[in-house]
Amino acid sequence: MNHRKKYALITAAAALLLVLCTVFCQAAPALTAQQDGETAAAAVNESVTGETVPAEESAGIKKIVNQWLPYIVAGIANGGQYALIAIGYTMVYGILRLINFAHGDIFMCAGLMMVYFSASLNIFISIPLVLILTVLLGFLVERLAYKPLRDAPRMSVMISAIGVSYLLQNLAFYITSGLAKQYPVLPFLSNSVSLGSVQVKMVTIITPILTVILILVLQLLIKKTKIGMAMRAVSFDFETSRLMGVKINSVISMTFIIGSFLAAVGSILFFSAYTTVTPTVGAMPGLKAFVAAVFGGIGSVPGAVIGAFIIGLVENIIKGISNGEYSTFSDAFTFALLIIILVVKPTGLLGEKIKEKV
Amino acid sequence: MSENILRVENVTMQFGGVVAVDNLSFEVNDDEIVSIIGPNGAGKTTVFNAITGVYEPTNGRIEYCGKTMLENFPKGKMKKLYKSENQGLYTKTIVKTPDEITKLGIARTFQNIRLFKTMTVFENVLVAKHLRRTSNIFTATFMLNAKEEKKMREECEALLKLVGLEDEKNENATSLPYGKQRKLEIARALATSPKLLLLDEPAAGMNPQETDELTEFIKYVRDTFNVTILMIEHHMNLVMDISDRVYVINFGKLIAEGTPAEVQANPDVIDAYLGGGDEDE
Amino acid sequence: MKKTKKVQSPLLDKRSAADIARTKKISLVVSAALVVVLFAALPVVQKVTPDDSMLIPVLKKGVIYSLIAVSMNLLNGFTGLFSLGQAGFMLIGAYTYAILTIPVESRANIYLYYDGGIVQFAIPFMIALVFAGVMAAIFAFLIGLPVLKLKSDYLAIATLGFAEIIRTVIQYDKFGPLTNGSNLLRKFPTQESIVFYFAVVGFCIAIIALLLRSTYGRAFKAIRDDEIAAEAMGINLAHHKRLAFVISSFFAGVGGALLAMYQGTIQAQTFKTSLTYEILLIVVIGGIGSLSGSVIGSFLYVASCEWWLRTLDNEHFIGTFKLPLMRSGFRMVVFSVIIMVVVLFFRRGIMGDKEFSVYRIISYFQNKKAQKAVKEDNANV
Repeated sequence: MNHRKKYALITAAAALLLVLCTVFCQAAPALTAQQDGETAAAAVNESVTGETVPAEESAGIKKIVNQWLPYIVAGIANGGQYALIAIGYTMVYGILRLINFAHGDIFMCAGLMMVYFSASLNIFISIPLVLILTVLLGFLVERLAYKPLRDAPRMSVMISAIGVSYLLQNLAFYITSGLAKQYPVLPFLSNSVSLGSVQVKMVTIITPILTVILILVLQLLIKKTKIGMAMRAVSFDFETSRLMGVKINSVISMTFIIGSFLAAVGSILFFSAYTTVTPTVGAMPGLKAFVAAVFGGIGSVPGAVIGAFIIGLVENIIKGISNGEYSTFSDAFTFALLIIILVVKPTGLLGEKIKEKV
Repeated sequence: MSENILRVENVTMQFGGVVAVDNLSFEVNDDEIVSIIGPNGAGKTTVFNAITGVYEPTNGRIEYCGKTMLENFPKGKMKKLYKSENQGLYTKTIVKTPDEITKLGIARTFQNIRLFKTMTVFENVLVAKHLRRTSNIFTATFMLNAKEEKKMREECEALLKLVGLEDEKNENATSLPYGKQRKLEIARALATSPKLLLLDEPAAGMNPQETDELTEFIKYVRDTFNVTILMIEHHMNLVMDISDRVYVINFGKLIAEGTPAEVQANPDVIDAYLGGGDEDE
Repeated sequence: MKKTKKVQSPLLDKRSAADIARTKKISLVVSAALVVVLFAALPVVQKVTPDDSMLIPVLKKGVIYSLIAVSMNLLNGFTGLFSLGQAGFMLIGAYTYAILTIPVESRANIYLYYDGGIVQFAIPFMIALVFAGVMAAIFAFLIGLPVLKLKSDYLAIATLGFAEIIRTVIQYDKFGPLTNGSNLLRKFPTQESIVFYFAVVGFCIAIIALLLRSTYGRAFKAIRDDEIAAEAMGINLAHHKRLAFVISSFFAGVGGALLAMYQGTIQAQTFKTSLTYEILLIVVIGGIGSLSGSVIGSFLYVASCEWWLRTLDNEHFIGTFKLPLMRSGFRMVVFSVIIMVVVLFFRRGIMGDKEFSVYRIISYFQNKKAQKAVKEDNANV
């Protein structure tokens, strides 16, 4: 009961965050559309904040908004992309207690597939094809590389995951001959829209919305369906659910399928914004998504989502501070955050404590 | 009073809202064999974990050889949550890690045998000698502590001979038969030169014959190594046979104490085992 | 849990105590002789090998990787701490070495954007080599304070994170006067002689082997086998984990410095997580918990990566028929497949947790002989 409340609260908070952002985004173009008329701007301000702001002050606010808006919008979009990857990490960890180091590379493979398919196929055939094949890849990785090690020590499985990551990267290098590939321009997603004084791609706005929709669907799946119930049971107690007749292997496969599917969607969104695919491109977003998963409390889906949005936002805000002075540290920040959370609260924001029995 | 080697005073262990050990007090005198018995889930192993520093007691004090070894009182959230008695009696926090407690002279065995599985029988015992080393990492690496190392090895040989494991000393610890693994765990604990030995269900999983052997062995250990023994056990024959005194715990509370005969006749104890045992199993 | 375990019973050893003692003595002499022969042969090999041969570079890189793999094995294999920070400590070692040894007159040329940098002295390279290790060890100590409390996979990810942070910080523009930012460091003293690398690495690995034989080594293994039992036996977990971490990082730092010497130039960018993964896979191939396995694994890895499988990267023709698949990058694909096969089907690697030793080999043959004799006796009766 308590648990359900917590989940509901978090989903509500995430949704609220999103609504606020969309309102903010929609209000922003209005803000700048009437750049000349300061009184009009003040009126808009009034409508947004519910307060009358003196004209000079509103100009100041406008400046700040204009300065920070691109970073915040990019941060939310990044957060959405990380969230989609992070779910794969957190669900697999919840069930297998395994850091799936290959997950970032599956994400990269999805990007690469898109590059190759769209070269010869219609985009509307390529997209479903990419989704299906990525799911298949995730499924196969689990079957071939993790399933044989089900009873092996945890370290062996983790090493196997690192091996898969190494293999996928080398395979990608071989196929692309090490050249960076240009991601196809997807209609609609790659269109530019103006958001205030900044031009952003449609994908930046679509990402958080799509992310939240997918996550809500996932939550429904986990809460309402039979397989979702099995998943919760397995992540609660692997051995007992096995004894109770839960089909462990199909649950695990399902987890990988969902994770890979979301990673594929994430890759479409991510590469539409960043446009080049290289064999190692999956490593960084993968690691960041993992940090997000740990930050939110590994094993918890809402936790991973919240963690991802926080990381995406802060990372982009760091890029914005004093004109990119500290932008080299945006990656380092992620890891600093990881270490701080691990030391201060190893279970993350929403994770649960597991203590070894003596 | 000073012949108490261990004095557990008003110890409470509370995890969240669950009181596992409830205001428990007992003592162990020098050279005694004392048993703690009680139904499953009564909190026996938790008491051991509190004594050996695996858990911090929520409230209470544990004295060892007349000196306070551990002390704690409810803090933070626990202040409100605390359900047991004697809150406010203790005001100090003295916490020790398990290795510090072992260094003081309290060694233990585990309910589910925990041997070092990649090591031989001899190495298992030898590891326990690390505690009393005088060498540091440089002298040990560059073999400047040869004398000490030799002494360690000789002591372990002697110990294995005393407990009757010298024939198996080069075998892999986990390839020993079950009864001998138990014995090895006790030998390993003895290698830390303890004054007080805590045995957590030493006869678990043993057949009657093995249990009889173990009974003799525990007496032998007490006499040969001059240790006091505190034991958790389910096998009543074993407990009644060798214990000087018995404490009975149920739901974390002390319900009876006395000599084996006294405890056996106590109606509360019979009730706990037959009537009230509905919590698990 | 299906586990087949070979029980190594001493009862199979038919030899008398005196025999064993004698065998031990013999094998010690043989081992010493082998080392002498190795070091005598190395300069000769270097002299007679043609310049375009891959043998010498492979041997050099192989021996450097051996040290790094052994240092990682000390943590992952012997202490049970799954750490993925090796690349970070190598980076610190390599940079410390380079920064301290670049000749003063070359600095203006190298620190082009930073007015010749702030370090305006150079120290002898052997001292810098030790410093490289010490610097890595200091960092390890500081990083270990918060991180070593974490368990298995959390530790892995936290150390990996630290390695990434170190890399970013070194590349930071503001530290340019010290580290030359993201630009190359070069012109520091390098070593041509293959004997030098073998001597330094041999010395370091010998120290690690001695450490593992000592009472501290046993304590490390106890922690690996069962932390809770180890603590109950009076082993201070925090202290011993820190020791293992610092020592391992010291040797990783020295290894990084040696790698800098071998390469001639260094750049922070190349010390990525994938470098740590490479080392980890070497350790796995060699056998987690075996020093000699790590050494063998390193040479095999480097040799097949840079030499034996190199041909897979080139296009081949049989007559006019072009062999399919073979082109740039194919060797690494083949190689990672081999690694996956090892990880999945030969989990114990080449050596498992056993060590290569002359004594074991001799004993093996002696026992075999004795068994044969017993069998023949039985047959005669």
